[in-house]
Amino acid sequence: MLSGKKIIAIGERDGVPGAVIAECLEGAGLEVVFQATECFV
Amino acid sequence: MNGSIKPTRIGIEGVFYSLAHAPDLVRFGSKPAREIAARPELGAALRSKLRSFSAAVAYAPHQVYIGNITPKELSGLPMPWYEKLIEGATAQGPFGDLVDQEWFYSMLRAADQFELVTLEEEWFNDRGPARRNGRKARLQPLDGIQGLCDKGALPLYSGARLTGAFGAGHAEDANLSADVLLENLAAKVSAAHALRSVLAGMRTDPSDIDYVISCSEEAVGDRYNRGGGNLAKAIAEEAGCENAGGSDTKAFCAGPLYAMVHGASLIQSGVCRKVAVVAGGSLAKLGMKFESHLKNGMPVLEDVLGSFAVVLGPPKDGEPCMRLDSAAFHPVRAGASPQAMAEFLAEKPLARLDMKLTDVDRYGVELHNPEITVPSGSGDVPLTNYRTLAALAVMRGQIQKNQMADFVKSRGMVGYAPTQGHIPSAIVYLGHALDALRRGEIKNVLLIAKGSLFLGRMTQLSDGCSFLVEMNGN
Repeated sequence: MLSGKKIIAIGERDGVPGAVIAECLEGAGLEVVFQATECFV
Repeated sequence: MNGSIKPTRIGIEGVFYSLAHAPDLVRFGSKPAREIAARPELGAALRSKLRSFSAAVAYAPHQVYIGNITPKELSGLPMPWYEKLIEGATAQGPFGDLVDQEWFYSMLRAADQFELVTLEEEWFNDRGPARRNGRKARLQPLDGIQGLCDKGALPLYSGARLTGAFGAGHAEDANLSADVLLENLAAKVSAAHALRSVLAGMRTDPSDIDYVISCSEEAVGDRYNRGGGNLAKAIAEEAGCENAGGSDTKAFCAGPLYAMVHGASLIQSGVCRKVAVVAGGSLAKLGMKFESHLKNGMPVLEDVLGSFAVVLGPPKDGEPCMRLDSAAFHPVRAGASPQAMAEFLAEKPLARLDMKLTDVDRYGVELHNPEITVPSGSGDVPLTNYRTLAALAVMRGQIQKNQMADFVKSRGMVGYAPTQGHIPSAIVYLGHALDALRRGEIKNVLLIAKGSLFLGRMTQLSDGCSFLVEMNGN
C-alpha cells in the first residue's frame, strides 16, 4: 500500500531518531526524501 | 558491589540556582521574535499573558528550583501549577533565588563595558541607590531612548513603559548585533549572579577560586571568531574571582555535566584546588512554546532565565562528592536511540563499578517542567527518560515488567525546570540531591544529560554524559 510513496521523516531526540524511521520505511519500499531528528526542548 | 574498586571522589562544596524573571525580554526570544515579525498581532497577545514577578515566585516549579519545596512534594500538588500558586512563597530558597526584571536590567547595565545599555534617566533615578552599583550609568531622556530604538537598538520595557535601549556592538558585524549581544550579556550577568551567590553562601572569598568553567549556551565572538567564547573569564571577572582563569565547555544540553567532569579532573590532577562550574540563562529560549501556551489560555511560562553555579574542591569526609571514576561519555559508536543512551550512560558505567541499574537510588535526568512542554506536544520529557531506564532494567532482568511504574516513581521525579536547555539537564537536581544525601534519604544519585548535536548540522550524532554523586566515606 505504501510502496513508492515519498516520505518526510521527523524524529525526536527522546523518542525515535529520524534516521531510524527512515531506515525502517526504506526497508518497506518507501522513498525518504528528507529525514531529520529534532529536539523540541 | 565489588569492594576492590577504589572510588575517585571530588568534593561538591556548594551549589546555587537562580531564575531572573524577564517577562519583557520574552519578545526577544528566538521563537517570539520570528513569529511576532511575521504576525505582529501576536505581540499584544503575548504581552497580555505575561506573568507578574509575584506569580513567577509563587509558581510551584520555581519554588522547587530554588529549594523551598522538593520534587516529591511538587508531584503531590494539584495542577495546573500556574493557577495553584504557593501562598506565602518567597524569592529566596536554601540554594537559590528569583530576581526581578528591574534588578536584571540594572545588572545588565552594571556589567556592560561597551556602552550597549542606555537607561531612561527618570526611570533609573527613581530606582534609588540600590540600582546604581557598578559602572557609571549611561542615561538618556525618554525621547533619546526612543531615538536609539528608532535607529535599531532593542527597546527595554517595564510593562508598557520604555525604560531603556540595548544597542549593537558593531554596525556591520552580525555577531555583534544588539540581539546577539543581549543574549550574551544576559548569560554573563545571570551566571555571575549565581557564582557570587554560591560563594557568599559558602563564605568563600571569590579570590579563592582557581578556575571557572562556563557551560552557558551563548556564542560569544565577532565575525572572525563566531562562538570563540571564554565567557567563563568574563563571568569570573564580574563575580570578583580575580585569581581565576577560565574557559568554556560546550556540548549543547550535556555541557554542564561535561563541565563538572572537566572541573573535577582539574582538581584530581592537582592543576587546580577550587573550580567553579557556571552557566547563565538562554535568552533565545524565552517564549519558545508561547503559541501553545496562548492557545491553551495559559500564561507564557517561559519567562525566566535560569542560571547555576557549583563549586568543586577536594573531597571532605561526610560531605557529598562526585564519583569521577563513574563518569561516562556517549561514544561515537553508540547510536542515538534512547536505549543506546541508557546503555552507555547508565548501564555500562554502573557495570564498570559492579553496580546494577537498581543499585542507584535516584536518577537525575532532563527535568523539563511538563506543564510547559506537554501543551505544545513535546511530551513529558523526564517521564519518557525514566521509562527508558526502567525498560532497560526489565530487559536486563533486574526488575519485572510489572515493577516498571514503581522503578519510575521511586527512582525518578516530576520535572520542574524551565525549558532553558542546559539548565534542566540533570544539573538542576544537584541541590536537592545533596540535601537528600545529607539527610540519608538516598545513598547515591546518577546524573544523566543528553545533548542534541544534530541541531548544529555538523553530525547526526547525539551526545551525553553522566556521573554518580554520593557521600564521601560510603
